[in-house]
Amino acid sequence: MKHTLRCSLVVALAAVTFFACKPDPVDPDPTPTNPVNPPGPVIPTGSAIGISFENFVGNDSLILDQVIRYQNANGDSFCVEEYKYYISNISFTDNLGNTWYENESYHLIDASDSNSCMVYVDNMPAGTYTSISFMIGVDSARNVSGSQTGALDPANGMFWTWNSGYIMAKIEGRSPSSTSSFNLMIYHIAGFSGPFAAQRWASPAFGSYNAVVTTNTVPTIHMKCDVSEWFKTPNIIDVSSVSVWNTAGAQAAAIADNYMDMFSVTSIDN
Amino acid sequence: MKRLGIIAGAFALPFAIVLFVQSCTIDPDIPDVLSPEDVKFRIPQGFPQPSYDFSLNPVTIDGFKLGRKLFYDPLLSVDNTISCGSCHQQFVAFAHSEHQVSHGVGGQIGTRNAPGLWNLAWHEDFMWDGGIPHIESQPLGPIENPVEMGETIGNVIAKLEASADYPELFEAAFGSDTITTQRITQAIAQFQGLMISDNSKYDQAMRGEISFTPQEQYGLATFRSKCASCHPEPLFTDHGFHNNGLPPEPTIMDAGRMMITANPADSMKFKTPSLRNIAVTGPYMHDGRFTTLTQCLNHYSGGNMYQSATLDTALTNGIPLTAVEKSDLIAFLGTLTDYTLIEDTKFKEQ
Repeated sequence: MKHTLRCSLVVALAAVTFFACKPDPVDPDPTPTNPVNPPGPVIPTGSAIGISFENFVGNDSLILDQVIRYQNANGDSFCVEEYKYYISNISFTDNLGNTWYENESYHLIDASDSNSCMVYVDNMPAGTYTSISFMIGVDSARNVSGSQTGALDPANGMFWTWNSGYIMAKIEGRSPSSTSSFNLMIYHIAGFSGPFAAQRWASPAFGSYNAVVTTNTVPTIHMKCDVSEWFKTPNIIDVSSVSVWNTAGAQAAAIADNYMDMFSVTSIDN
Repeated sequence: MKRLGIIAGAFALPFAIVLFVQSCTIDPDIPDVLSPEDVKFRIPQGFPQPSYDFSLNPVTIDGFKLGRKLFYDPLLSVDNTISCGSCHQQFVAFAHSEHQVSHGVGGQIGTRNAPGLWNLAWHEDFMWDGGIPHIESQPLGPIENPVEMGETIGNVIAKLEASADYPELFEAAFGSDTITTQRITQAIAQFQGLMISDNSKYDQAMRGEISFTPQEQYGLATFRSKCASCHPEPLFTDHGFHNNGLPPEPTIMDAGRMMITANPADSMKFKTPSLRNIAVTGPYMHDGRFTTLTQCLNHYSGGNMYQSATLDTALTNGIPLTAVEKSDLIAFLGTLTDYTLIEDTKFKEQ
């Protein structure tokens, strides 16, 4: 009897504990919201340069879908479903040799978001600019400086959490040559330090063009980005042997060596 | 008899409700009133300069409280079951009591032993393999690890935005109700960064406030001659990576630091853990394979080091220890338990 009474007490207590301690209701399936919801770009009226990142595969505009329509230097056919890269540390040099560096210069280009492909570098001094330099990826300092915001918010999906650091560039698609499940072809290029650091500098030549900045004109640089460069010089990528790559190391660095010359200036509108 | 029991249970019910409703609200013994002094980051006497610069993330009462709420909130996991505090329990200096490796959502288990948390502002990198180079980036590791909390930080933000209370807590801590990865992790850094261990018996003895027993004193001498090269005072870690001769567990084959650097010279190296609070933070080693300090010392002294190219040269033949030295060492290691940290009410779940 005494024992039963004690048991009942325990049961009652357990039941009450369960109900009393039930946590505040949390929506088990909250509506997913895109953490990055940029408004349209604010188009400056002067003292700025616009860079229009225009993504291609060879001479064809990049289309993101599952139609196998492209071919790489190795002869593997493929499609592209996602294509993103960081552009950082942009600087311009003018015809007098002065170099101007953009402050907080971090931009995430997402081929599926046309707003992100149009970058305005503003508050520039007036002048005639004859060259550009930028980093493909994120410098090592920002990789080790704690949580960042804006383009560098880890919620943008361009951040590794177990081997912390930014994905400099990523391409996701499919290829009949792939040996992975669903014929996936996925290259996430990252690693910010050591011998296989994957940041690369690019200085695509302006050729015969200049970007003339005045207080009331905004030149636009048309910057072609050719996806096919990921797969060729100096390292031919064979999709059947490297179908998915998402760790730092020699393979990532080899692909970064390939794509470092994927940018070219096709024209500049003044 | 059975019926009597049920009746007794029914009588007990109202009493139980009163009892437990009370216990589930704020414990009246724990004042949730914090003073600016309570949340002031300080550098203990004799400690080096910290790696983390709190001037870039000044600790405030509201920021600390937000960090504490996030630390103990299972909302950070994909099925709202696992919080940071699930595997980091204050009564064992924020280690995971009696668990060899981390336990995660859906009953999954990981491959590494959840470490205790203290003096984190002095660490340049985190995790057993050093894969995370900053205290603010650290929470993203377990939050997004599929066998730990299994969530994405984007979803965490969405859940916090949809909650009834968080937006105003972010407003109080950061001046607006915008919820970002940076604010979440900076709040958690304010909370975790203040977990300072500097008041163990060892610390009090070093400050001349109390004395060691003779055995503890002998243990300290042995420690300084045989252990301190990798576990130097006052932090009791060199923050380096070493292969300490543990045979690899065949079901895991954990390459340790090499998984981060891709450098074969880092194979089977793991970060040196601080030995503060070591008596209460078992199981031990990166995979929790040892349950007692005696087992740890037997590994180092046994001469059965797993020989490999990356074995620390100081450990090729192990560290000879007599039975007396071992018991002295264990007595000394016991003086590193910091009850001030373990009992500090400001770190308790509110």
